[in-house]
Amino acid sequence: MLLFGRLADLAGWREREIPAASLAALRGVLAAEDPALFEALQAPAVRTAVDQALVTLDVALRSDSEVAFLPPMSGG
Amino acid sequence: MIRLVQAPFDPGEALGEFCRDRTETGAVASFTGLARAENGRTDILELEAYPGFTEREIARHEAAARERFGLQDTLILHRTGPISPGEAIVFVAAAAPHRRAAFEACDFLMDYLKSRAPFWKKETGPDGARWIEPTERDRDDLARWETQ
Repeated sequence: MLLFGRLADLAGWREREIPAASLAALRGVLAAEDPALFEALQAPAVRTAVDQALVTLDVALRSDSEVAFLPPMSGG
Repeated sequence: MIRLVQAPFDPGEALGEFCRDRTETGAVASFTGLARAENGRTDILELEAYPGFTEREIARHEAAARERFGLQDTLILHRTGPISPGEAIVFVAAAAPHRRAAFEACDFLMDYLKSRAPFWKKETGPDGARWIEPTERDRDDLARWETQ
């Protein structure tokens, strides 16, 4: 699992291995472990990517799936 | 083409190279974005990307710009990592048979990069660090292209 931008600052880490069979299960693990991070991930502006593709619904995860949480983006 | 670059680059050199050997291009427009010091409030800017994902997302919009404006070629250079005030953060160039398409394509690509491209930007200065997110103005700029 990967965190970017302010989410990584909030959690204090950017990358971790977390066993979970689905996105919902992963959120459940985070809710128990770090409620502030869980709350931040629920914000509508935070997008979720699984294996580098954006997803909007719950999806099943494999043991090698890469989940990334993306806060509002800004380049330039 | 989109390239993420770690080290400072020379936008003039990038433009010179982009223009080279074009005998059917009537117009090349370019835009260079520089890091601002914000009157001493910013010492360093840090740009984070999601390698692989960031390039692919930008490439999708680059392809959309080429089709929409009938471009012959585009180049986007975008810094990642720590950037000092005065350094170029982003360089966009568009080549087209005529000028209007080239101007508009740079405008379009920059509006996209400002508020949608997968980068996360943090400014650090004497008052600490802050994450920069798209402003209302950035969103309004991008919305101009959706209604046309």
